[in-house]
Amino acid sequence: MAKRKDKATKAEPENLISLWFGRVAEAGRLMCGVPDYDTYVAHMKVTHPDKEAMTYQAFFDNRMNAKFNGGGMKACC
Amino acid sequence: MSTTLQSVGWGAVALLGAFALGLIALNNAETINAAWLVVAATCSYFVAYRFYAQFIAKTVLGLNSKWETAAVRKNDGLDYVPTNKYVLFGHHFAAIAGAGPLIGPVLAAQMGYLPGTLWIIIGACLAGCVQDYVVLALSTRRDGESLGTMIKNYLGKDAGTVAQFGILAIVTILLAVLGLVVVQALAHSPWGTFTVVMTMPIALLMGVYMRWIRPGKILEISVVGFALLMVALILGKYVAEDPTWAEAFTWTGEQLAWALIIYSFAAAVMPVWMMQAPRDYLSTFLKIGTIVALAIGILVTLPELHMPAMTQFIDGTGPVWKGSLFPFLFITIACGAISGFHALVSSGTTPKMLDKETLATPIGYGSMAMESFVAIMAMCAACVLEPGLYFAVNSPASVIGPTAESAAQVISSWGFVITPELIHETAANVGEGSVLSRTGGAPTLAIGMAHILSGAVGGKEAMAFWYHFAILFEAMFIMTTLTAGTRVARFMIQDLAGQINPVLGSTSSWAGNIIGSFLACFLWGYFLYQGVVDPFGGINTLWPLFGVANQLLASMALTFVVVAFVKNGYTKYIWVPAVPLVWLLACTLTAGFQKIFHSSPTIGFLAQAKLLQTAIDEGRVIAPAKSVEQMGRLVVNAYIDAALAAIFLACVISMLAFAVRAVRSNRTAPMIPGQPPIMHAAE
Repeated sequence: MAKRKDKATKAEPENLISLWFGRVAEAGRLMCGVPDYDTYVAHMKVTHPDKEAMTYQAFFDNRMNAKFNGGGMKACC
Repeated sequence: MSTTLQSVGWGAVALLGAFALGLIALNNAETINAAWLVVAATCSYFVAYRFYAQFIAKTVLGLNSKWETAAVRKNDGLDYVPTNKYVLFGHHFAAIAGAGPLIGPVLAAQMGYLPGTLWIIIGACLAGCVQDYVVLALSTRRDGESLGTMIKNYLGKDAGTVAQFGILAIVTILLAVLGLVVVQALAHSPWGTFTVVMTMPIALLMGVYMRWIRPGKILEISVVGFALLMVALILGKYVAEDPTWAEAFTWTGEQLAWALIIYSFAAAVMPVWMMQAPRDYLSTFLKIGTIVALAIGILVTLPELHMPAMTQFIDGTGPVWKGSLFPFLFITIACGAISGFHALVSSGTTPKMLDKETLATPIGYGSMAMESFVAIMAMCAACVLEPGLYFAVNSPASVIGPTAESAAQVISSWGFVITPELIHETAANVGEGSVLSRTGGAPTLAIGMAHILSGAVGGKEAMAFWYHFAILFEAMFIMTTLTAGTRVARFMIQDLAGQINPVLGSTSSWAGNIIGSFLACFLWGYFLYQGVVDPFGGINTLWPLFGVANQLLASMALTFVVVAFVKNGYTKYIWVPAVPLVWLLACTLTAGFQKIFHSSPTIGFLAQAKLLQTAIDEGRVIAPAKSVEQMGRLVVNAYIDAALAAIFLACVISMLAFAVRAVRSNRTAPMIPGQPPIMHAAE
């Protein structure tokens, strides 16, 4: 197994119900093109501690633009 | 678990699947239980996943979790994010699932349940899942490059341009045919039209909420939006019962076509947060929810299917669409068996989120198996109807006449006994004025779903509610595709225009935006309107063109995969992508050729144009056309459709020529640092 450069992960709840509820919500958001914000923040903290992480609103707008104004064919038949 | 026990277990699954397949193939009884289709399909997917997909993973692709994927190496928390496999599965499935797998099987049911079901199962296991899976794996090894970029890298820049042009033509015909499905479902249906119109203020409200009140809170506002949709659905019943309101929402096909075109233009020009994004969220959740509900409904009620295994229409004379089993069945059912669009998704966002290479198997192969299962459910929903009723809903008025009496007489003469009373009763049950000639597949699916779901919840009283729920859900996500597709077509047009004038190419320029969006809507709107006013029904012309286009994209993707195999000296297992490719080429080329040159005017566009032109020259009017002018327009349309089919064929053939050139040249695509070669021997 190669060494991971980025070990940033968000804290996962230990309770199984909260864990799976969180996963379902995460999947729901990702289906809409919005990846997990906590993971992003954790990533920024570890990899770019010098840079300010976007606020949730900025992050959301960034992802919405990437999804709809990116030009790739995201819709399916 | 011991290996012996595992072998016994898999042996049992394989036997059960084979038994179910045998049963559905040899069934002679009046009806067959949907459970057998479900069992046959599920067992096949499991066996194919366990053996074929694992074979491809281990032996053919040599997937290995030791390679750091792009998601890990280029992690930015935004595009490249290593993601939990269940979460990613949900994302990928939601991205590939759409209207296609629901509508194709419904149209294919005119040949009976068997040919379509076999093609869905076999096609998915050996072609569709393989395409999605291999493209996902290769794109992952290329750091998440899109199909277009990979084609450019491996087949040359000109091949990339042809692919892009082909995709624009495909998007055009896709949007037109999906628009036509919505128009046919909503025409003269005040209940349906009202609920669909109400989705717009609901979306605006959601947009405002997510922008200013609780920014970015997708999930909570989607729950509110869904609740409001259900209120609109219930109100729709009262709208349909009130004479004044019903009249206001009773729109003709032409009016609906214009409304769709104007709506899509507006939604494409507006900022995305206002209309497009909230609708997209709502329709995604509605789509997943409805698919789950349909699965539960089928498993709870285990309905009997009334459609025979095979009807006489395998000879190509069916009323829903014309053309013989080969090649037309294989292009009519595209998405449930193999869909080129999935290659775009598999080389889109998903490869940038794979934590390990090996996850390509469950996500690429697994998601497509699930999508194929959706197609099986759609087949079940179409076949629970009495065959006579199925044909009454799906045959154009030019074949079965305008009244329930004429329809019952014509359809009974084909051997599918049906009474005018049953037709009237069905219309009353689902709360519609008429169910005759509601072509396009959506109404049939909605009646079938209403039949199944009302069996599970609510009984007969709830049928009208479930019918309109199904119509709403289909219209909802088709309209989402229309706006998203219009935007994509706009970007492609701007990309082309930008080469002439850079101002037009800038996606943030207002003039470029408006001109690009207008052209995009004009392109698909033209074909949509042509389909709506077509006295022969429209769907029977446009759906085969769409099927050819979709399979054409799949053959482009598989051509690229074959070239990637060959360029890496990896020819031993080349049959894995080559077998589906050869089959697809046979189907698309034959179908495209027949659509242009077939001597029967019901199949070949040129023969149709000639027949109409001869009649015009002699001053005759051929029913159901009403005037010589209308026939003149039909001639023009037939030539345009023939030209479009020719463009599709030219795309496939030139792509093959590029492939041959690429294989013969010494040029190789640059390696991605830190990644294995796109194809390499298993370790």
